[in-house]
Amino acid sequence: MKNGPGRSGLIMDEPLLWEKGKKGRNGMSIPESDVPAAALADELCGEGPDFPDLSEVEVVRHYTRLSQWNFGVDTGMYPLGSCTMKYNPKINEKHAGAEEITSAHPLLDDEYCQGTLRIIYELQNFLAEITGLDAVSVQPAAGAHGELAGMLIFDAYHQNKGKKRSKILMPDTAHGTNPASAALCGYKPVPIKSGERGILDVEQIRELMDEETAGIMITNPNTLGLFEENIREIAEIVHEKGGLVYGDGANMNAIMGIVDLKKCGVDVLHLNLHKTFSTPHGGGGPGAGPVCVVEELKKFLPSPRVDFDGSTYKQVEDTASIGRMHGFHGNYGVLVRAFCYILTMGAEYLEKASQYAVLNASYVKVKLKDHLHLAYDRPCMHEAVFSDKNQQENNVSTLDIAKRLMDCGYHPPTIYFPLVVPGAIMIEPTETESLEELDTFIEVVKKIVKEAETDPDLLHNSPSRFKVKRLDETQAARNPCLCG
Amino acid sequence: MKEVHELNLPEDVRYTKDHEWAKLTGDTIKIGISDYAQDQMGDIVFVEMPDVGDTFEEGDEFGTLESVKAVSELYIPVGGEVVAINEELEDTPELLNQDPYGGWIVEIKPKDTQEIEQLFDRDAYLGVLKDE
Amino acid sequence: MRYLPHTDEDIRNMFDAIGVKDFEELFITVPESCRYDKEMALPDPKTEWGLNKYMAEIRTMMKVTPEHTVLLGAGRYQHNIPSTIPSIMGRSELLTAYTPYQPEMAQGTLQGLFEYQTLTARLLGVDVANASMYDGASALAEALLMGLRIGKKKKRVAMSAAIHPHFREVVRTYFHPTEFEIVELPFLENGRTDFSSLSGEDDFAAVALQSPNFFGVVEEMEAAAEAIHQAGALFVAGFSEPLAFGLLKNPGDEGADIVCGEGQSFGMPESFGGPGLGMFGCKKKYVRNLPGRLVGETTDLDGNRGYVLTLATREQHIRREKATSNICSNQGICTLTAAMYMASLGGTGLRKLARLNYDRSEYLKQGLEEAGASVCFSSPTFNEFVVEFKDDFRPVQKRLMEQKIVAGLDLAKYYPGFDNRYLFCVTETASKEVLDTVISEVKK
Repeated sequence: MKNGPGRSGLIMDEPLLWEKGKKGRNGMSIPESDVPAAALADELCGEGPDFPDLSEVEVVRHYTRLSQWNFGVDTGMYPLGSCTMKYNPKINEKHAGAEEITSAHPLLDDEYCQGTLRIIYELQNFLAEITGLDAVSVQPAAGAHGELAGMLIFDAYHQNKGKKRSKILMPDTAHGTNPASAALCGYKPVPIKSGERGILDVEQIRELMDEETAGIMITNPNTLGLFEENIREIAEIVHEKGGLVYGDGANMNAIMGIVDLKKCGVDVLHLNLHKTFSTPHGGGGPGAGPVCVVEELKKFLPSPRVDFDGSTYKQVEDTASIGRMHGFHGNYGVLVRAFCYILTMGAEYLEKASQYAVLNASYVKVKLKDHLHLAYDRPCMHEAVFSDKNQQENNVSTLDIAKRLMDCGYHPPTIYFPLVVPGAIMIEPTETESLEELDTFIEVVKKIVKEAETDPDLLHNSPSRFKVKRLDETQAARNPCLCG
Repeated sequence: MKEVHELNLPEDVRYTKDHEWAKLTGDTIKIGISDYAQDQMGDIVFVEMPDVGDTFEEGDEFGTLESVKAVSELYIPVGGEVVAINEELEDTPELLNQDPYGGWIVEIKPKDTQEIEQLFDRDAYLGVLKDE
Repeated sequence: MRYLPHTDEDIRNMFDAIGVKDFEELFITVPESCRYDKEMALPDPKTEWGLNKYMAEIRTMMKVTPEHTVLLGAGRYQHNIPSTIPSIMGRSELLTAYTPYQPEMAQGTLQGLFEYQTLTARLLGVDVANASMYDGASALAEALLMGLRIGKKKKRVAMSAAIHPHFREVVRTYFHPTEFEIVELPFLENGRTDFSSLSGEDDFAAVALQSPNFFGVVEEMEAAAEAIHQAGALFVAGFSEPLAFGLLKNPGDEGADIVCGEGQSFGMPESFGGPGLGMFGCKKKYVRNLPGRLVGETTDLDGNRGYVLTLATREQHIRREKATSNICSNQGICTLTAAMYMASLGGTGLRKLARLNYDRSEYLKQGLEEAGASVCFSSPTFNEFVVEFKDDFRPVQKRLMEQKIVAGLDLAKYYPGFDNRYLFCVTETASKEVLDTVISEVKK
């Protein structure tokens, strides 16, 4: 029986910033003034904030110690379902951080920033090619921001046709961002239950789709890791009633070079560059959520976009555009990383990435399905959803399994999502994990399943190898302490 | 979670399908959540309450309960005007977990005190719970 | 391919274990009619060295280089960034982590965010700050929507025309499908917002100002707060240069209810407009209406201090269509970067740096005036100011560009009647020598 890589390490204590330092220290050089002091009316002046003064060494040690309490993809396997925690290539950091790029001011006239505009232009084209759709805006700053852009495009399209619509079809497996984004556009989500096979049932769509309904939001592959096989038929029904089909591209990592979204009938799709295109997630962001559309909707895309006339790259705005989504060009540094990733992978390895992502998930699914309850025993795509159904008799929950996995050296899978599977454990290994890594992980999960029978308290008391033990989330929410 | 037979279900209140209770005293009705509801919710961390003076029709949402990872809506079982809210819940929402029948949420002056008769008595409510 | 570890043998073994014979069978649930039936037309895969060459060529297309001093501002500021910041913020334990859903293995991110929230709250004078929004523009849109949630039945908001034009555009984009109305408040001859039209109004949910505003002008915040509160509205105070609050009074102390703005100045480069971060805070009583993630302090089983994401019931993954916002990913590492920058400067350093920025910009303002330009707005400014040139400024701008100085943003396209008016921004990166060059070229 293999053990995971988890061991106890040297953990340094480190207080909060303001519990350190002394007035008068400083942690960065500030040029001395070489101009006369200018007059400033007293009534405008404040005290300045109560910040601690720290030396450079104090600041560096502080954040280094903090970093050592964290787990990243570079630390180990991170099979967090729906989040596509693949390896984040280092070379992409170097190019995004190149001074010519980072020093570019976003309001330079086009002639002075042809390089940064070219990256946007080429990335727009690459993403259109990968999805099969016709036009792209890279402005949205995250997946949910891309969804909002998509919903604004739905609204613009229907208003342009002369009638605002009020509802939108929403599968019960959808990420919470879907209904929240739709609601910002005034759409009331009409819930659709997933069918018995874990995918959408055509008849239900036929029944619910009407001319008050703006369209449907579909995640494909869905959050159960299953391909929505009926997507074309569903799209036809929605289109017949004058609606549009929104594709949530959160799970694009399963289908690059394999599925053509336009052929599926998708009209608008967002991508998560921090998932599929390997940009680091930074403990919560920044992401990027480009929005891709069919030709008919191109004019509604957020502006400005970048065009090329054969010699010059230029920013263009369409009068029908939904407008600006971001102060400038979105999370540009993230775009550069994704651009580098696509250039490194090319068509050949992007397709392989998707194939291997599905291969890895299918392998984990097959190897674990006799140990953890598998929600839907069907061919999966890039992730597989299990649950704690078999462990309940020992009073062991999904949360306990997740916490025990941490002690064994793994980031836990996504838990308790999707909501349609009670106690869900959603595993997405990604393509960058090797067979040996998967095998060790599988063995460790099996070991934990055994422990759940023989020593449930070991799971209940996990984790034990971190700076802190289980944290009291109830106390945090009852008496919020949000500021030190 | 508690089994049905472990639940505390007093005889002197009425119940709803949304697992609330209502109790008539004089001409006002106090409303809270049942032992079953608090058990299902887990640790309650926040109660969003209406303002005194707000009026509701039967079935209207009058507030929400929050646990760490869930929100559930509260629906008024009998229409009327809010005459008091339980201010203690603002700082100690756990009262609803500790003593669900002592920990009332709102007190209303109903348009019609008879409406409370439409709600489930203990036995009928037990039937609802057994079906869940 | 170095990112893909599988050998042919691995793949065969895995096929056998799964019980399929090839990839085709693995994708059996994808109908033929949905298939990508051609090769994706993308450039051939590049080696690391090939990529370096390709990117190097793109970089040579930039006519404005790192050697240039950029006096543009307008929501993106050139500041010095100490090398400690990219070095430490590049640590992969911080950079390659996901959102801290499993707090025990993300205490680094969580404590870092808690510290950010605290420093930000102190800087802006609010009780609570969230763990960031996308940028200053989307933060403003979210702040006005938050105002409408609090204002319940009210359907109107107002915003100053002296707010960054792009920020206002984003607000309009967000508001377009809604039933809410946006009223724009004009600015006076002195560059400050004219809020006289608020008197007698009582149906605005929120009124937004930016200070320092797009023209660099410091607004009369306390008077604004009074007028806005008199009208029964919430006061949303925006900003694009948080360094200002090292020197100027902070918006919370001056009566703002919600404060939001762009935080790029704190340790992030211009990077063609992103990533930066939206800083966002409010008074404690509005915390349940706050969008975005929040980190809170708590204790573990042994009673030790620790940090978790909290008040998540406001957010989309729990409250879905009733959430306070659809935001999920925020600006993560940029948030920690801003905190590290604030910690590196400290209270003393922030004040010193803000003062230096102020003095240098005043120096250029005065110099340009003496050189014959006229300062458009008489009110005090911070870092940025607007001047009008008598003659066409473009030839001068061109000459300065040749001397590696990007001088002034033409405001004609942002405001009608602003012909030959330029916004200048001066920070600590602009030496006296550079400023003197600008002044002497204008004199010529």
